[in-house]
Amino acid sequence: MEIFGVPSALFGSQLLIGLINGSFYAILSLGLAIIFGLLNIINFAHGAQYMMGAFVAWIALTKFGVNYWVALLLSPLLVGALGVLLERTMLRKLYKLDHLYGLLLTFGLALIFEGIFRDQYGISGQSYEVPELLQGGVNLGFMFMPIYRGWVVVAALAVCFGTWFMIEKTKLGAYLRAGTENPQIVQALGINVPLLITFTYGYGVALAAFAGVLAAPVYQVNPQMGSNLIIVVFAVVVIGGMGSIMGSILTGLGLGLIEGLTRVFYPPASAVVVFFIMVIVLLVRPAGLFGKAA
Amino acid sequence: MHKKLLTAACAAALALVAGAAQAQISGNVVKVGVLTDMSGTYSDLAGQGTVVATQMAIDDFVAQEKPAFKVEMISADHQNKADIASNKAREWFEREGVDVATELVTTSTALAVMKVAKEMNRVTLMSGPGSTAITNEQCNDLTVHYTYDTYAMANGTARAVTKQGGKTWFFLTADYAFGHSLEKDSSAVVTASGGKVVGSVRHPFPASDFSSFLLQAQASGAQIIGLANAGADTTNAIKQAAEFGITPKQQLAGLLMFISDVHSLGLKNAQSMYLTTGFYWDLNDETRAWSKRFFDKQKRMPTMVQAGQYSSVLHYLKAVKAAGTDEAQKVMAQMKKTPVNDFFAKNGQIRDDGRMVHDMYLVQVKKPEESKYPWDYYHVRQTIPAAEAFQPLSESRCPLVKK
Repeated sequence: MEIFGVPSALFGSQLLIGLINGSFYAILSLGLAIIFGLLNIINFAHGAQYMMGAFVAWIALTKFGVNYWVALLLSPLLVGALGVLLERTMLRKLYKLDHLYGLLLTFGLALIFEGIFRDQYGISGQSYEVPELLQGGVNLGFMFMPIYRGWVVVAALAVCFGTWFMIEKTKLGAYLRAGTENPQIVQALGINVPLLITFTYGYGVALAAFAGVLAAPVYQVNPQMGSNLIIVVFAVVVIGGMGSIMGSILTGLGLGLIEGLTRVFYPPASAVVVFFIMVIVLLVRPAGLFGKAA
Repeated sequence: MHKKLLTAACAAALALVAGAAQAQISGNVVKVGVLTDMSGTYSDLAGQGTVVATQMAIDDFVAQEKPAFKVEMISADHQNKADIASNKAREWFEREGVDVATELVTTSTALAVMKVAKEMNRVTLMSGPGSTAITNEQCNDLTVHYTYDTYAMANGTARAVTKQGGKTWFFLTADYAFGHSLEKDSSAVVTASGGKVVGSVRHPFPASDFSSFLLQAQASGAQIIGLANAGADTTNAIKQAAEFGITPKQQLAGLLMFISDVHSLGLKNAQSMYLTTGFYWDLNDETRAWSKRFFDKQKRMPTMVQAGQYSSVLHYLKAVKAAGTDEAQKVMAQMKKTPVNDFFAKNGQIRDDGRMVHDMYLVQVKKPEESKYPWDYYHVRQTIPAAEAFQPLSESRCPLVKK
């Protein structure tokens, strides 16, 4: 059977792969969206923080024998803690200024982080093995599905929807949302807003690191792994609507699918299809698919 | 009469002195410029390692040959950008007194610099770039393409793999000039060796997820998936091919791989692959001795680009000494007439098109259990003689080649 001249088995497998890549986009764009939504900072260091998440997992395994499952928790904590430090010492001073300052600062930080890792570990990257429990794959009939990739989808979706739930449905999330709307009043009600904001940035960064650990067994762990991805992820956030939590999750998944299909029908366009969509969305709905018009 | 003779003698003597002065070395210093990728995609296979190799060549030359002139080195990061490379080279030639531009990984930078060097009458030695355009359409008489080119790589790997029964090929090609040329060269070799190319897919450069493209390669049913890409694209594709169970049912052939790629992939992922290389550190006592010295300084075994860099700089410096001048044309003539004989090449010869031809090696990556010590990565399966390894002069598109 064929769909538009493409064998249906290939079609099905490309959809599945699109979903897997979409999970990475979703979790990364979610972190960016949270940080932008609550801090008004365009976090250009997000790709570098994703890369550091992967490297921390690799260093933990090779130098200290810490396994994948522990790293999945440890790495986001460590990189998130670094995020907290950055927020406290640098980003904090920029909230009142134009977006551009935050963007420049985080961009500079990204270059520094990448440079440090490149200097220490070279450019070719390191291999991180798939954990034993998730090795191998299952034959789905239309494709051979590596178990690990299935795990990536499950883990990424669980974390994404967990985060959405926390922000939209819990009291803590309500404080967060209120804090960004009107910090003075929330502060006056006895809630420590600066602490909330620090926590938020740390959490956004930890999400990037979590995605990094998920990616480590799939891609070579190398200092530039984040910079290749971050531009696409920014486009995802813009398409979904800056600051929209659910928007960034759904857009991430959707664009992963569209990109996957482009790779079958017209591979040379697969690198630009996301940006093409971004242009159209910006023309038709400048606030993004899920964004509120300013 | 006597007076006339005396005048003539004086004039002759003067002419001789002037000639000697011309033949001398400018400023009594020979300056070697290393222009390479110090921080980007190619910084592991070239980069700082080529700077170290150049310094080793200079130190060895001074110790062995005790020249009457001084030798200095200068290096810079061209960031894989042609405009930066050509501006830097011009600055070096005009203001820094650089005699020779070397290394130049990334073809676009190489093509830009060789033009500037020709214009300023300086020599260019290339170890890192791959394109055959350097010794064909773009060739000039002051450039040496030293270590390898895409023709030699494709020729070695594609021919050997096809002859060993890998008759049907599918190419995974990086979608830019280098990938296209690698695919074209390899396809020609596959067909000429009795194989068949059943399809290809072009992926964006750079890419990180290859699963979509790999599944298309899988669906093609080809025995061999040829990787017409380089660096991180190649390593990611290899890793993901194993993940999706594509290897070992179908085999991969890396058309441009370096030992730094194998090192970063690990033997588990790279095992059993065929690749072609111009140098392997563990070939013989001579290569081991030099490579250990390199390792002590750089903490990594040399790639062929780094070993070739040493060899080319040493060959150049010896030619300067033998010619007694750093004038580009004379040094080139000396380099071309002297065969290269060192740990890197035996009876290597620089042809009229600027191609240095030497033996290449077809190697197969060892299985993890076959590797006995660090960096013990390759079985050398075949030595490809210099005459067969590179594009024959009869096919040359370089105007300097007289047919």
